[in-house]
Amino acid sequence: MKKRLVEIAHARSGDKGDTANIGLIAKHPKYYPLLVKQVTAARVARHFKGMIKGPVERFELPNLQALNFLLHGALDGGGTISLKTDAQGKVFSTALLRMEIEVQR
Amino acid sequence: MTAAPATVRVAGGQGFWGDWLEAPYRQVSGGPIDYLMMDYLAEVTMSILQKQKSRDPSRGYATDFISQMERILPALVERGIKVTANAGGVNPRGCALALAEVARKQGLAGKLKIGIVTGDDLLGRLDGLMARGHQLANLDTGRPLRDVREHVLSANAYLGAAPVVEALQRGAQVVITGRVTDTGLTLGPLMHAFGWPADAWDRIAAGTVAGHIIECGAQASGGNCLHDWKRIPDLANVGYPIVAARADGTFDIVKHPGTGGRIDVPGVTEQLVYEMGDPREYITPDGVADFTTIRLAQAGKDRVQVSGVRGKPATDKLKVSIAYFYGYKAVGTLVYAWPDALEKARAADRILRQRLQDLKLEFDAMLTEFVGANATHGPLALKALDAGGGDLPEVQLRIGVRSPDKARVDRFTREIAPLILNGPPSVTGFAGGRPKPEEIVAYWPALIDKALVQPAVEVMDV
Repeated sequence: MKKRLVEIAHARSGDKGDTANIGLIAKHPKYYPLLVKQVTAARVARHFKGMIKGPVERFELPNLQALNFLLHGALDGGGTISLKTDAQGKVFSTALLRMEIEVQR
Repeated sequence: MTAAPATVRVAGGQGFWGDWLEAPYRQVSGGPIDYLMMDYLAEVTMSILQKQKSRDPSRGYATDFISQMERILPALVERGIKVTANAGGVNPRGCALALAEVARKQGLAGKLKIGIVTGDDLLGRLDGLMARGHQLANLDTGRPLRDVREHVLSANAYLGAAPVVEALQRGAQVVITGRVTDTGLTLGPLMHAFGWPADAWDRIAAGTVAGHIIECGAQASGGNCLHDWKRIPDLANVGYPIVAARADGTFDIVKHPGTGGRIDVPGVTEQLVYEMGDPREYITPDGVADFTTIRLAQAGKDRVQVSGVRGKPATDKLKVSIAYFYGYKAVGTLVYAWPDALEKARAADRILRQRLQDLKLEFDAMLTEFVGANATHGPLALKALDAGGGDLPEVQLRIGVRSPDKARVDRFTREIAPLILNGPPSVTGFAGGRPKPEEIVAYWPALIDKALVQPAVEVMDV
């Protein structure tokens, strides 16, 4: 069945210049392999279509049951240049948690 | 030289300039600590400080630090608690002089040594460096600094823990630095207290991770924590995080008893991934930490044990933070009420854009957000909103423009208020008045050879 990420993961995001980072953390170790398999860089790029201008990179932290995503060109220039409410990418985290993935019962 | 202690406690007292004024006092008074670490410098803070210093040569540091220290200084001296802070900004000596004056007024003359770390300020050296072929190319765009040289307001190399260690070794009880990395302010005390050599890469990495965890203050102890956030107790009384470190490089994250907030594995994990790049290569001037080696364990209530951290040798570069004048921006807002709140806000946006076009006012960038609908989650939120019927009780229209031309930005700000009387209905929320064009000071990250930057340490008797 489909579940939204918010049910099985939590997240925190921040900025580095015009790049937003999202750390996505499994709420339980059993969910981490699902994240690795389904929340790919390509899928995240599609999820944020229209919100980011550059590519998405993904890094794995199996020790923390976490994935780290870098969303390039996400912040309208970033920091002080940006006109966005979320100029520092603080809530890209929960935007990612809207994504649905397939979870076996 | 006395034997190294079993445990050294470094308390995070300030996560940025503007953080909770009460936090340093609470860290000092709430229980035993050995060091108080305070981080004041964000990327563009240095340019603000540089501007203050150009108007008054005695300024250019984080003034909050002085008033915060005034409150805790007697306790620090009495209990032998040491302080590391990058509050010095672009004038660490001025900051130290101001602190010394406060200390003397409190009768602490002869009882306090202040360490001053400088050498990070490259503003006066930029032209010489560029003349010798150092491009200081922008790490994100690759552009050479000469493209914006005339607009540069500040330029500082990120120094590491080494000068902090030297100041402590020379007896400084308060170490005031300029642009020292946030993590260096925690790693420095640990290297000093345990006698860690500068090439003990795993322990250097561990101290760096410790610094990363507490450098954002309460973000490691329940603040801004999404995991199970409703059950985080008593944030009004939140305890800021403390690193309780051991000589082998393992450490616990704790907080003072009786304080609010929560320290658990999910919360510390959230802070570990905050502002993370490639987790295998967390680069600081002191070494390279591999965040994929970190092991976390709940070691008791509000106690997370951190172990296993591996590190690699430092690179031969330092990061340079350059701030330069970029242009102007302004953001205006209006609030539209039910019914059809979002439609009204959209109509107002269309009308405003039409008028700007008729005035032949063009901008480098113009951004419209509908706060309450799409400002934080963009099209993802609109999709969800449409699916739910979409009838919002209210929406804030938020429009911003950016341009090198101040007059153009100023003209834009005069087009917002008229919409109250000559645009769509049910509009309010203009009590703040016309928005003001704001100077944009932008950030230019670059690298420089480490050998070109010599940190300097001075120890001053009060």
